[in-house]
Amino acid sequence: MYYRHRLPVRIMHWVNVVCLTVLFMSGLSIFNAHPALYWGNSSYDGHPALLEITSTDAPRVPGDVVQGPRGILRIGAHQFDTTGFLGVSRAADGALNEHAFPFWMTIPGYYSLAYARQWHFAFAWLFVINGLAYLLHAIFSGHLRRDLAPDKRELKGIGASVKDHILFKHPRGEAAKRYNVLQKLAYLVVIFVLLPLIVLMGMAMSPMLDSLITGWVGWFGGRQSARTIHFIIAWLLVAFVLIHVFEVMVSGLWNHMRSMITGYYDVQPEAGQEPGTGAHHENV
Amino acid sequence: MKTSSPPRRLFIKRSLGMLGVALISGCDRVGRADWFKGLLSAGEGLTKAAHKVLAPRSAMAQEFTEADLPGYFRSNGTSNPDNPAYQARAANAFLDWTLVVDGLVVMPLRLSLAQLRAMPKRTQITRHDCVEGWSAIAKWSGVPLKHVLDAARPHPDARFVVFHCDDPMEGAGSVRYYESIDMDDAFHPQTILAYDLNDKHLPIANGAPLRLRVERQLGYKHAKYLSRIELVASLDAIRGGKGGYWEDGYGYQWYAGI
Repeated sequence: MYYRHRLPVRIMHWVNVVCLTVLFMSGLSIFNAHPALYWGNSSYDGHPALLEITSTDAPRVPGDVVQGPRGILRIGAHQFDTTGFLGVSRAADGALNEHAFPFWMTIPGYYSLAYARQWHFAFAWLFVINGLAYLLHAIFSGHLRRDLAPDKRELKGIGASVKDHILFKHPRGEAAKRYNVLQKLAYLVVIFVLLPLIVLMGMAMSPMLDSLITGWVGWFGGRQSARTIHFIIAWLLVAFVLIHVFEVMVSGLWNHMRSMITGYYDVQPEAGQEPGTGAHHENV
Repeated sequence: MKTSSPPRRLFIKRSLGMLGVALISGCDRVGRADWFKGLLSAGEGLTKAAHKVLAPRSAMAQEFTEADLPGYFRSNGTSNPDNPAYQARAANAFLDWTLVVDGLVVMPLRLSLAQLRAMPKRTQITRHDCVEGWSAIAKWSGVPLKHVLDAARPHPDARFVVFHCDDPMEGAGSVRYYESIDMDDAFHPQTILAYDLNDKHLPIANGAPLRLRVERQLGYKHAKYLSRIELVASLDAIRGGKGGYWEDGYGYQWYAGI
């Protein structure tokens, strides 16, 4: 067994899982209070919302019998009927729920902007403290330089790595001890771009923090733009998590789970190599 | 293949659904426990403390230009108070309306709209940020709260300014809106008692004849239909003790800088 993940990284990984889950779900709850996204400083500058989730009692086609409200997702000029999911869904007790995101995606599981905000900000603090601790650890323990930063040779191998991913070809032996280049780049983008930016965009929505440097929110297009970017990054992170979990599942779910819980990862020997010749010597 | 995939997909879908429901009902159960509510509120205290450290007391909210004005300002919350006394004053163009300033002050005041308009005036084009998530830009004119407080001479014990309003929140004769801010915000240069919106008298929908603007806080702090300003040492004696209508009744945060 190869000792792959150190204790601080394992703890911070799982704290992050809890934080991002609560932040995402309470964030959707907050979004439900005003389910529309805009660009610029104002929501009422004469431009329609970029994205909007609404419900309507209007018939689908004139003369149609109305069977209760319909949920509508509008993105730009495109409109989708999302009844049952977005705009109109059933609450936990079966009652008709005309909020944008259904109860099973939100925290709390009923509509309360006040409590959703309490959850969101409390876990935002935990997330930021955990994230800063991770950054300090990654820099000073050498984790960043040793495990995350790709070297020139790896960067040249991006094409081959893309091919390996598409063919579900997973590294064995020595290569399995390291992150592959796509994995490294994905982690670096999440750690140094998406997560800091989503925090910054959250801060840009605070009227008090907006006053720190006059006009800084304007660098990102304005407060409503910041809100839109915050929302988009949240979904990019969901996409990252889906791919991350998918890759974990197809390359050995229990092996990966064990290594992120206990630290120990079972390295499969390279083809033609006897087990125990090389994969095992680099123990703790 | 085709026959086996729908039940399997359904199984996965149902499992995920049940996991989601378990997660949420778990969160809701934990979320209703007092110890957990206390833990979550600790976040609010941390936010307020961090903002006080980061933002200088006089840090200014961004001001915009005439070009940013849409010429219309959304009304939210009460748009026409269900209050006969208020309606009578409105019918009389608020000529017999007065603003009471009392509580922990050396010199209690009773100011008419004409008196307020005669005091130093500040005009600012600012962005209104609602707790729901939307923003709207408008031009506000009014007297800085600082001038009114200076005239009333606050007692050194005064720590909060409470705004009592004329709009009943739960039908005629019910509890009227109220909010409160601390002295840092009360004496901030952009904190004004606004009587004009976009160069016209403040409309009833937006809080006539006088409303608070406290630009570095969310919209619900900006009390409309002001009738009385009370200075207090503690918020304990103000209805539920949490300092505002939404705070007392619905769990909203008193500190609304985020």
